[in-house]
Amino acid sequence: MENKKLLLDIQDLSIQYDTEGGTVHAVEHLNLTLEHGENLGFVGETGAGKTTTALGIMGLIPNPPGIIADGKIFFEGEDLLKKSERQMRDIRGGKIAMIFQDPMTSLNPVMTVDKQIAEMVLLHNDVSEQQALERAVEMLEMVGIKKERAHDFPHQFSGGMKQRVVIAIALACNPILLIADEPTTALDVTIQAQVLELMHELRRKINTSLIMITHDLGIVAEMCDKVAIMYAGRVVEYASTEALYNRPAHPYTEGLFNSIPDIDRDEEELKVIQGLLPDPTNLPSGCSFHPRCPYAIDSCSSDMPPMVEIEAGHFVACPVRFEHWKNAADGNGGVKR
Amino acid sequence: MSGNTAPRMKSEAGLLDIWRRLRKNPLAMFGLFIVVLLIFFAITADVIAPYKYYEQNLINSFQSPSKEHLFGTDEFGRDILSRIIHGSRISLQVGLIAVGISVIFGGFFGAVAGYYGGRIDNLIMRGMDILLSIPSILLAIAIAASLGPGLYNMMVAVGISTTPQYARIIRGSVLSLRGQEFVEAAKAVGSSDTRIIMKHILPNCLAPIIVQSTLGVASAILTAAGLSFIGLGIQPPTPEWGAMLSGGREYIRDYAYMTVFPGLAIMITILALNFLGDGLRDVLDPKLKR
Amino acid sequence: MLKYIVKRIFSLIPVLLGVAFIVFTLLYLTPGDPARIVLGEQATEEALAEFREKEGLNDPFLVQFGNYVWKAVTKGDIGRSYMTRRSVANEIMSAFPSTLKLALSCVIAAVLLGIPIGILSAIRQNTLFDNITRFLAIVGLSMPVFWQGVLLILLFSVKLRWFPASGFDTWATLVLPTLTLACNPLAVITRMTRSSMLEVVRQDYIRTARAKGQTEQIVIWRHALGNALIPIVTVIGLQFGSLLAGAVLTESIFSIPGVGRLMVDAIKMRDYPVVQGGVLFIAVAFSFVNLMVDLLYAWIDPRIRAQYR
Repeated sequence: MENKKLLLDIQDLSIQYDTEGGTVHAVEHLNLTLEHGENLGFVGETGAGKTTTALGIMGLIPNPPGIIADGKIFFEGEDLLKKSERQMRDIRGGKIAMIFQDPMTSLNPVMTVDKQIAEMVLLHNDVSEQQALERAVEMLEMVGIKKERAHDFPHQFSGGMKQRVVIAIALACNPILLIADEPTTALDVTIQAQVLELMHELRRKINTSLIMITHDLGIVAEMCDKVAIMYAGRVVEYASTEALYNRPAHPYTEGLFNSIPDIDRDEEELKVIQGLLPDPTNLPSGCSFHPRCPYAIDSCSSDMPPMVEIEAGHFVACPVRFEHWKNAADGNGGVKR
Repeated sequence: MSGNTAPRMKSEAGLLDIWRRLRKNPLAMFGLFIVVLLIFFAITADVIAPYKYYEQNLINSFQSPSKEHLFGTDEFGRDILSRIIHGSRISLQVGLIAVGISVIFGGFFGAVAGYYGGRIDNLIMRGMDILLSIPSILLAIAIAASLGPGLYNMMVAVGISTTPQYARIIRGSVLSLRGQEFVEAAKAVGSSDTRIIMKHILPNCLAPIIVQSTLGVASAILTAAGLSFIGLGIQPPTPEWGAMLSGGREYIRDYAYMTVFPGLAIMITILALNFLGDGLRDVLDPKLKR
Repeated sequence: MLKYIVKRIFSLIPVLLGVAFIVFTLLYLTPGDPARIVLGEQATEEALAEFREKEGLNDPFLVQFGNYVWKAVTKGDIGRSYMTRRSVANEIMSAFPSTLKLALSCVIAAVLLGIPIGILSAIRQNTLFDNITRFLAIVGLSMPVFWQGVLLILLFSVKLRWFPASGFDTWATLVLPTLTLACNPLAVITRMTRSSMLEVVRQDYIRTARAKGQTEQIVIWRHALGNALIPIVTVIGLQFGSLLAGAVLTESIFSIPGVGRLMVDAIKMRDYPVVQGGVLFIAVAFSFVNLMVDLLYAWIDPRIRAQYR
C-alpha cells in the first residue's frame, strides 16, 4: 500500500452541521484511502455521513451550517482543505466529478442539456463555445442519447435518460476521480442495471477511479474493488470486496448482510438490525453502534474502538468481534455468514 | 447531507404553542404591543385624550408642538394629539370591519367554489378574476365614488375591493383539504355539506385566513386613509388620519407637524400590523413564507 | 406560441366585458341625475327630458349597457365628461403617457435595485445585511405613499430645494415622484426575490453547477436567478398594476397631469364618467400587463412553453 502513491487519502476528517437542534456530527474522525484506478464502495444507511464525506471532498459542504471541523483530505498528495476557492473550482469537475443521487432534480430545468454539458467543458478546457457544444453532443452519444435531442430540456427526458445526461456532464472532462452518490437509487430497477452497466463501461474507457456511494451491497459486489462500511459518521470496516463479503468482521456489516433476503436459504424471517441510526446531535458514548449491537459488552459503551488491521488490508473497528473472527478464521478459513 | 427537516407545523397547534413561538420574534412582539396599545387608545379615547377632538379655539390655531399641545394644533386650534387618539377608533373600525366584510364574502365564495368544484367553482372564480383584474385600490375608489363619501360607504368599498383575494386563498385551502381522509370520513358518515364546511374544513384553513387578515387590516387602513386623502372617505370634522394629513398639506411649508404626526400614526400602525402578520405567518404556516 | 397568444387575447374578452359591466353598473347606481349635473340647476324640465332622451338615459339598464359596450368597441367611445363635455377616451389618452412614464420609471428603479438586493439578502441569509434589508422592506411596505410624497417634497424641494415639487417636463421632476412611488414595489420585489432565491439555491441543480467548478457569480446569476424568476416576474407585473392604480394618489401630490390626477379631479367634481372611464382604462392596461407576464413565463421556463404548444 505504501509503495503506490495514493490518489486520495482522507485523514481524521470531521464534519459538523450547526443546527437549531444542536451540533450534528455528520462525519467523525474518518480515515479512508483510495489508489489510482481503484473502485471503492462506500456503504451505509441513509444519514450515515456518506454524502457529507463526498461533499467534503468536493469542497461543497454548505457553510453555514456545515463546517469541516478537523482533518485533512489529500488528493494527488495535496491537501484539498488548504486550497483556495479558485483552485478548488479547477479541481471540481475537472479532476473530481460527482454524480448526484436524484437525476430528476440535478439538472437545471431552464437550460438545454447540451448547454449544461458544454458549461462543464468550457470551464475546464481552452475551447470555443462551438467546440464545447460539439463535445457535449459527443458525450451525449457516448451515454446513448441521440444527438437530435441535444437541444432538449431536462423535462423532456425520462429519469434514466436524465441520469445519463448527469453522467455525461460528470465525465465530460475526463475526471481522475468520480464520486457517484447513489446514482441508481431514484431509478426503476431495469433502468438501474442499464445505468450501472453504462458507468462500468465508461469507467473502463476513460480509466477513472470511482467512489460509489450506495446502500446496496449488490452494486458494490459488481462494481468495486474495495468497500468501506460507514456507520454514524465513522468507517467501521474497510476491506477488499472479496475479504468483506467472505469474512465480514464488524457486527454492523454482518447485520447488513443478514438483512439481505436470500432465496437459496429457507429462512423464516430476515434478521434485521434492531433499532435505528442514533440521533446525530447526541451520539452514544463509546462505539456508536453498541446500543444496537447483539455482541456489545460493557466496555463498548465507554471506549471508542480503534481500527485494527485483522488481515492484510482488512480493517475493522470492533475488538469484541475481532477475537471471534480470528478464532473462526483460524478454525475453518472464514466466517460463515 | 442529513435531511432532518422539521415536520410541518399544523394549524391546529395549540394556542399556547403559537404564543411561545411568536414570543421569540421581537418584531412581531413589537407589532403586537403597538396593536394592543392602539386598541387601548381606541377604547379609552374619550378619557385619555387631553382635549375634545372637535373643540375649536381659533386664537390657539397653528400652535407648534408644546407642553400644552404635544403634537401642536391645527388651523382651527384643535389639539392634534387628541384628534390622532380619536382617529385610532376610526382606523381600527375601518380596518376590522372592511376585513370582516372581505372574510365573510371571500370565505363564503371561496369555500363554496373550492368545496363543490366544477361549474360552480368556475363561475365564482371567473367572477373573482374579473374583480381581481381591477387593482383593489381602484376598485375601492370606483365603489366609493358610486356610494358617496362616508365612513360606512368607505368600509364597504374597501371590504368588497379585497374580497377576491380572500376568496382565492380560502378556495385554495379548501381545495387541498377536500380530498383528505377526515373530510371523506365525515362524508361517509353522512354529514351535511354545510356541516362539513363549517366544522371540518374552515377551522383547518384558519392559519392562512388569520395571516391574510392581519396583513389585510393594515392594507385596509392604508387604502381607507388614501380614499380620505383624495376626498372619497370620511368627511371633516371626523378625525380620520388620512383626512387630517390631507388637510395639513395646505400648510406644509410652515406647519409641517400637521402632516407629519397623522402620517406617523398611519405608518406605525401599518408597520406594527405588518410585523405581527409576518410573525404569525412564520409561526402558523411556514409554507406560506415569502 | 402564436396560437397561445391569440387564445389568451380572446380569453381577455369576457374579463374585460365583466369589468365594463361592473364599472357601468357602479356608474348607473351612482346617486344624482346626470342630466341635472350636466345642464345645471337652472335647466328646465323640458331640457332635462330632452337630454335624457338624447343620451338614452330612459332606456332599460341592459340596453344602456349594450350601447355602452357597442360604442366602446366600435368607436372607442366610453362616454363624455359631465364637465367639459369632451370625450373621456380622449382625455385619458392624452393623460396616459405621463402615467406610463412615471410607472415605468418606478418599475425600472424597483427592479434594478430590488433584484440585486434580494439576491444579496438571500445568499447572506441571517446576516446583518439580510436583517436590515428585511426590516427596511417591511418599513417600505408600511409607508403610506401620500405621506411619503409630502415628506419628500418638504425635505427635497421646500427645505433643500434640490428637486421641483411639481410639474412633469424635465428629468428632475421625475425624481421625487419616482422616489415616492418606487418604494413599495422595491420592497415587494426585494422580498420576493429573496424568498424565491432561498428556495432555489437549495435545489440540487445548483449543487450540480457548483460541482462543475462554476464560479459563484454565474451559479447565482445564471443558474439560480434563471429559475427564481417566475414569482419575481409575477410580482413585478402585479406591482406595475398597482403603480398604475397608485398613480391616483401620487399624481395629485406632485401635480402630474396623468390619468390618476384626471380621476381625482373628476372625483372632486363628481364627474363620474371620467372616474369610471379611468377605472376601465387602468383595468384594461392591467390585464395587458398580466398577459405580458404570462408570455414572459413561457420565455423564462421551457416547461411552461411546452404547455403552450
